[in-house]
Formats: sequence, structure tokens, C-alpha cells
Amino acid sequence: METRFDAAVIGGGVVGCAIARELTKYKLKTGLFEKECDVAVGTSGRNSGVSHAGFYVPAGTFKAKLNIVGHELMPSLCKELGVPYIAVGKIVTAKEEDEREYLYKLKETGEKNGCKKLRIIDQKEIKRLEPNINGIEALHSPTTAILDPFLLTISLAENALRNGACIHLNTEVKRIEQSSDGFTLETNNGKYAAGILINSAGLYADKIAAMAGITGYEIHPCRGEYHLLDKNKRNLINGAVYPVPPKELGGLGIHLTPTTDGNIMLGPSAEYIPEPDDTANTSEVMDKLFKESYEFLPKITRKDIIKSFSGIRPKLITPGSKSPADFIIEESRKIPGFINLIGIESPGLTGAPAIAKKVAEMISKIRGGLVENPSFDPTEKPKIRFAELSNREKSELIKKDPDYGIVVCRCQSVTKKEVIDALNNPLCARSIYSVSKRCRATLGRCQGGFCLPKIIENLEEQHHPQTSDINYAGKGSELFTGKKEGIE
Amino acid sequence: MIRKTVDVAVVGGGPAGLSAALSAKKNGAANVLIIERGENLGGILNQCIHEGFGLESFGVALSGPEYMQRFIDDVEKHRIPYMLDSMVLEVSADKKIIVSSKEGLFEITSKSIILCMGCRERTRGQILTPGTRPAGVYTAGAAQNFINLKGYRIGEKAVILGSGDIGLIMARRLTLEGSKVLAVAEILPYSSGLPRNMAQCLDDYGIPLYLSHTVTEIHGKKRVEAVTLAQVDERFKPIAGTEKKIECDTLLLSVGLVPENELTRKAGILIDEQTAGAVVDEDLQTSIPGIFACGNVLHVHDVVDYVSLEAERAGRSAAEYAQGKEKKPQTIKTTPGEGIRYVLPHQLSADSDVKLSMRVMAPARNVKLILSDGDRVIKTLMKTRVNPAEMIQVTLKKNELAGCKKIIVMLQNAK
Repeated sequence: METRFDAAVIGGGVVGCAIARELTKYKLKTGLFEKECDVAVGTSGRNSGVSHAGFYVPAGTFKAKLNIVGHELMPSLCKELGVPYIAVGKIVTAKEEDEREYLYKLKETGEKNGCKKLRIIDQKEIKRLEPNINGIEALHSPTTAILDPFLLTISLAENALRNGACIHLNTEVKRIEQSSDGFTLETNNGKYAAGILINSAGLYADKIAAMAGITGYEIHPCRGEYHLLDKNKRNLINGAVYPVPPKELGGLGIHLTPTTDGNIMLGPSAEYIPEPDDTANTSEVMDKLFKESYEFLPKITRKDIIKSFSGIRPKLITPGSKSPADFIIEESRKIPGFINLIGIESPGLTGAPAIAKKVAEMISKIRGGLVENPSFDPTEKPKIRFAELSNREKSELIKKDPDYGIVVCRCQSVTKKEVIDALNNPLCARSIYSVSKRCRATLGRCQGGFCLPKIIENLEEQHHPQTSDINYAGKGSELFTGKKEGIE
Repeated sequence: MIRKTVDVAVVGGGPAGLSAALSAKKNGAANVLIIERGENLGGILNQCIHEGFGLESFGVALSGPEYMQRFIDDVEKHRIPYMLDSMVLEVSADKKIIVSSKEGLFEITSKSIILCMGCRERTRGQILTPGTRPAGVYTAGAAQNFINLKGYRIGEKAVILGSGDIGLIMARRLTLEGSKVLAVAEILPYSSGLPRNMAQCLDDYGIPLYLSHTVTEIHGKKRVEAVTLAQVDERFKPIAGTEKKIECDTLLLSVGLVPENELTRKAGILIDEQTAGAVVDEDLQTSIPGIFACGNVLHVHDVVDYVSLEAERAGRSAAEYAQGKEKKPQTIKTTPGEGIRYVLPHQLSADSDVKLSMRVMAPARNVKLILSDGDRVIKTLMKTRVNPAEMIQVTLKKNELAGCKKIIVMLQNAK
């Protein structure tokens, strides 16, 4: 007899993990299936990491409501889960006369949506907020915040796990069949049964829906490329700096966003691509990203770039579309108990906590009410960041555990203890990707050149993996093709 | 915090650090301390198991570990204390060093400090290589670590981008390990490695070198499946139509080294953007009195023997500073002229003979290296062949420096 869940979530992105965690607040046996080696491997980990105030989304839409509520919930959620969240604020900057009008429109939309503290600022005020940025007028949103999207997703999943959910990584749903009391899922890791199914598969949500015979959804992958700058340039901006978006409906325009880790991101571009998993960078866009960012911030050089990457938006609209699409969050009429979340692109990260509540409400309706889980614990301990502590705190930590004294990743000052903790994460995600997203090792300016061998040494000490099980990000991404015997 | 006071603190226990510490000790510094982040002394040379080190200093070709062992033995003989697995988190202008180790967090106050942190490799991110981000892309040094110290096999079919020395040595290493090296691509029209490595690592094994070529795309979702090579024009832009896709599972990068000057910058020490190392005088003292720099953290060397020699000078200077020895004013400024990338040190006194280190911009044949004070030629050296990969050293005598306000070094066609 296969394991049966009251509710099963397909997709370990930020939305899927937020839903799984939300459901553990109730007496519901909850499962989550993720085909990759960890959570936040797809779109959730490949974006600007911004909690949006909610002035881009058209008034009256589902998107607008979820954005506003999500943005309100986010600070306390991040606090509960120990996730870095900093309200750095944001300016949308007009550089040309004809862009001014757009700022007023944004402000109007924002206020209709319920955004707080929006104001138009002049050149002088821009200089005061962002001395290195040129602009003639700007919209200032002081509540806009940055957060760590990896840690948010990871902590949601870990908290869901702590509260009783089953998180199945490396588990791809291959077939969905309706049964007398719900659904049967066939995966590469066996069969599972579920009463209610939540399709939060992001870029693959149309395919998952189609597995159950629900047709009509079509996701159009739209890639956004980014550059990441060295930490020594972090002080060039204070908050997020956005342009007036391009006329085509592709994204918010190439912007500068600080990360909670102390870098600046440049990007993203917007380009429709045929494959939902083609996260390549292209020389044309890489060049364009730098040039456009340089116009904003002439103090950057190409030498400051330490890494480029890309993420893909699961869009519901095609390249030529005249208007944006709203989020689709609905129970299938054809197949009751099957909840689809389609086209959850930006502001999906911001909206995630609100979307999770919405889905819980839908499930409550389907089941005729939900019973609270009295032992639900909403909190996760914040991850210790040795690099960010005072000398006194560092000293105390080393006394407690000497492994805090050994710095493994020199660029980010990540210690052996932090690496070991990351290697022993409760989701049992053991790839290098999983370690680096949890403790930040390998993500600095040497990009793992020095610490990768040391991380692997620790991985061997902790888990004694086979050589073929040491991988960058799951099966197929093996780091080595063999090992000599008898070498210490 | 555990507090400690020393005369000379040496940040780094690699080739530069050990030589500097020994020299400081031999020049009268009573209390010298080496702080090393690795678990052994020796630094990066511990993974350089090929031979060719020590020809200048010892007249024999040693492997990296053998070369370092000579210094380690000497450090032990002189009972110079060292801390291992100890990371310097901060060096301040008032010469306090914060060190993290298993034993605790240390604050070490030192009369003088020698910076010997070495360098790191440039990465794929820094050279902006387009394509996917699969496993199987390694910097040459990381690959060397995995193969030589851990016994891992990093791949079966490799392409190497960059013909720097580590790239060339790794081409040979991979071949000896049974992997196939399909190509070495170099974006410049000439190799950036030493000629002897070109011969011994590529030619001897029939590994093709593609000059004026670069990797324009990395393919593969999970692990490298192929790379696209293309020829580049004189502005290093890929030429359309010259692309060729090479199936491989590994891409090794040997695309340059960067001095690791994060601590230096944080301390507020002046940096020469050309070398990416500190601005130093002939005592190898930085812009903060009592803080010295040498080895690859000062400028990237091609031969380790020169690192050791340079570090000796820094060690002596640091010992003298710690002993409160009066310092001569250093008012003669050096400047790289036509054809020269950089000249070190940046400031000289006319008080003693001094060895200048420099690199040319591009390879050339039959050239004159001219050292002048702007008006008057001080020294001319004929060179049949110069190469950016090979550091040039020129000694200026005390009497040659007399009366000079500056020294300009330039390259001229000999004809």
C-alpha cells in the first residue's frame, strides 16, 4: 500500500514550500514532491530576491491582492523562519522627460492597490538617497525589501518538515491518475496517493495539469539573465534601483538590486525561449546587461562581475501580448480536488505567503473545514553567519565549538561548522548546490576555487559518499569520473 | 579574544611567507610568527607535484613539496612558531591582526607585518563565458588539488582555456592520468605560459594549442557536454563562422591569477591597479609604515624562486622596522613607459643597489630595455626575446641612481 497524503504539493519552489508549510498548521498529512536535488532550484532561486510593494501589478487583479498581502506578511514570516529580510527601499528612476509620466501612473496604481508610503522625489532627493545614481525624478518606495529567496524557500521546506510534512526531493511526478478517493501519483521513486493535489510546478505546471487531463494552460518560458557583482561594490547603492520599464511586457527593466548577502545583482533581461530549463547566459545579453547597468551606475566595471546566471519566468502571455496575465489559482472544474497554480511569475516570491493562505482556504472549502495542528511550531533558528558577527560573538562561538574557528570559504568567511551544518540539513540535500545556498560557501569572488576541495573533504567526513554520488546539483552533475584507491 | 604581541607577523605560510619569516628571524627579529590558513605550511606548492622548482635558488629541479620542505625544515630549525588552520580576518592600520582558529579568536599586535597571502585564479564568471552552468568547469588550480591531493579523476575529455603555466601543467597532468586533452585555447596570439612549459607539457604530448581562440559557449545541462571554440579578432571579439563545437565533459580554466588583496584594501593600503598589489618602496614597505608585502600578493610571479628572493628582502625590512632602524627617504619614483606593463618597486632611495622587477606588454624580439630618469639614459639592456610570461629583473647600482628623481623603463626596437 502506497503512502497516502491528505494533500500533496507538486513543486518545491517558494510557493510550493509555502503551501506545504501552511498546510502543516492543520491536521493534514502533507507531502511535497520536487524533481530536483533540492528546493529553490528553479525560478524561486533565480530572481531579484525582492519583496515588492505592489505598484507594478494592475489594480483589481488577483496578482495585486496577493502581492500586497504577501508583502505585509513577509517581514514576520522571515523573522519566524530566521531568513534575512532588509527593507532597503527602492527607487524607480526616470532618466528622460517622457518617462516622468510613468512614475505618476505607477504611484496611482500602487495607491489603488494599497501600497504604503509611495512618493515622487526630485533629483536632489535622488542624490540624497542614492548618490551614485543619475535620474531626473523617481518614485520612492521605502517598504520595498530584499530577502534571501533560497533561504526563504529552504526554511519554509524545513519548517514544513519539522511540522510533519514529507518532503520528497529527486522525485519527479511521471503520471497522475484519478482514484475513487483522490489521486495516484507515479514517480521515479514509487507510487503515492493523495486526496488533494496542488500543482505548483512553475515552469512545468501546464505539463502537470495535462497529466491529469486538464488542458488549456500554456506556459511560455521567458528568460532573464543576471550578473552578480563583487561584494566590494555593495556600497555603490543603498536600496534597489529600477528604471522605468521597457514598453514591451517582458519584465521590470534591467535594475540594480542589492542582495542580503552583500552583493549587487544587475538584471534581468527578458527573452522568450523555447525550453523551460535553458538557463544559459548569452554573450549578447551579458553585454547588454552590463551596458544598461553602467548607464545607471558608471562606477561599475566588467571586472566587478563575479558570476552570471539566469532564471526563467513561467509566463502565461506570449511575446506579442498587449496586456499582462493574472495569476491563475483555481480548483479544476473538471477534476475536483486538483488545484492549479499557473503563471506564478513575479510577484510570486512576494505573493507566496498569501498564495499559501489562499490555497489553505480552498482546501478547507473542499474538505469542509480544517482542524488546527496544536503542535505547529512556526519558527526556525536563523542560520549562524560567522562573517557577520562581532569579534566577541565570534570568540564565544569558537569556545562553544572549535569548528567555528576554521574558515573554509575564505571569500565569504564561512566556517567549517557552518559547512557541516549545511551538509547535515534536515532535507538531506547533499549536493554542492545545497551546501552553498545554505551557508554561502563557494558563492564569493573565487567561486569555490579554494573551498570546493575542502567542502568535499567535509562531505566525505560526514556522509562517506560514493564518488559517483558527489555532484554539483543532483544526478547527472557528478563532479568526478573516478577516484584512485589508497590516496588519503 | 586571546591577545598576543610579536615583533614580525607573517600573514601566509606559503613560499613568500616562509622565506620572509626566515629572513626576518635571520635579520634579528626575536619574535616572528607565521599565520597559515591551510592545515600545513607550504601553500599552493603542496599541490604542485611536478618538478622545476628551485633551479634559480638551489640549482636543482625540485617538486613543489620538495622545494617547500627545505623552507619548512629551516623554519623548524629556527624554531619559528606558526599557527595552522588559522585565517586572518582583518589587518588594521595600527598593526593589529584578527585571526580565527580552533583555539579561539586572536588579536595579535605586531611591530611589523608582512603580507604573503598569494593569489587566486580568475574564474569563468570573471571572464564572462556564455552558456550553461553545468558541473565539470574547474579552474586549473582546483583541478590540480583534486587530482594531486585527493586522487580524484575530474573528467575524461577536457578542453583547457588559457595557456597560463597552470593550464599547461594541467594539460600534461590530465594526459598522464589517462584523460584526453582535446585542445588548449588561448585568446592572445601568443602563449601566456613559460616556453619550457609549452614544450614539455603540450608539444611532448601532441596536445593542440589554438592561439587567438576562446570558448564562446559552454553546453550541457548537468555536466559539461561540449564547448564551442571560436577564433577572435585583434580586439578579442569572436569571429563569426569560425566556431567549432568540441564534445567534452570538462573545461579547465587557466585564465589568469589575481593577487588576494582583500585584507590589504580593508587596511587602507594603496593598491597599484596594474599589478593589483600594494604600492611598495624598495624595502617592500606598503603605504602603511611597518606593513610589507611580497610574493604573489604583491605581483604575480612566474618562478617561485623569485618569490622566495623577494620575500627575503621583505623579511629583512620588516625585521629592521621592528628593531626601530632609521629608514632612508625614498623619493625616486619608478614608472612603466612604452611597452612595459609595470615596474616594481614604486619608490626607491639612492642608498643601495636595487633590483627592479617588471613585465612587458607583449612578446617581442630584438629590443632594447631602456632605463632613464626622463632626460638621461641610465642603463640599456639588449634583449633578443621578451615575453609577458617572463618577469624581467634588472639591478640598478647605487651610483647609477645618484641624482635621479624618477626612473622610467621602456622598450624600444633595437634597430
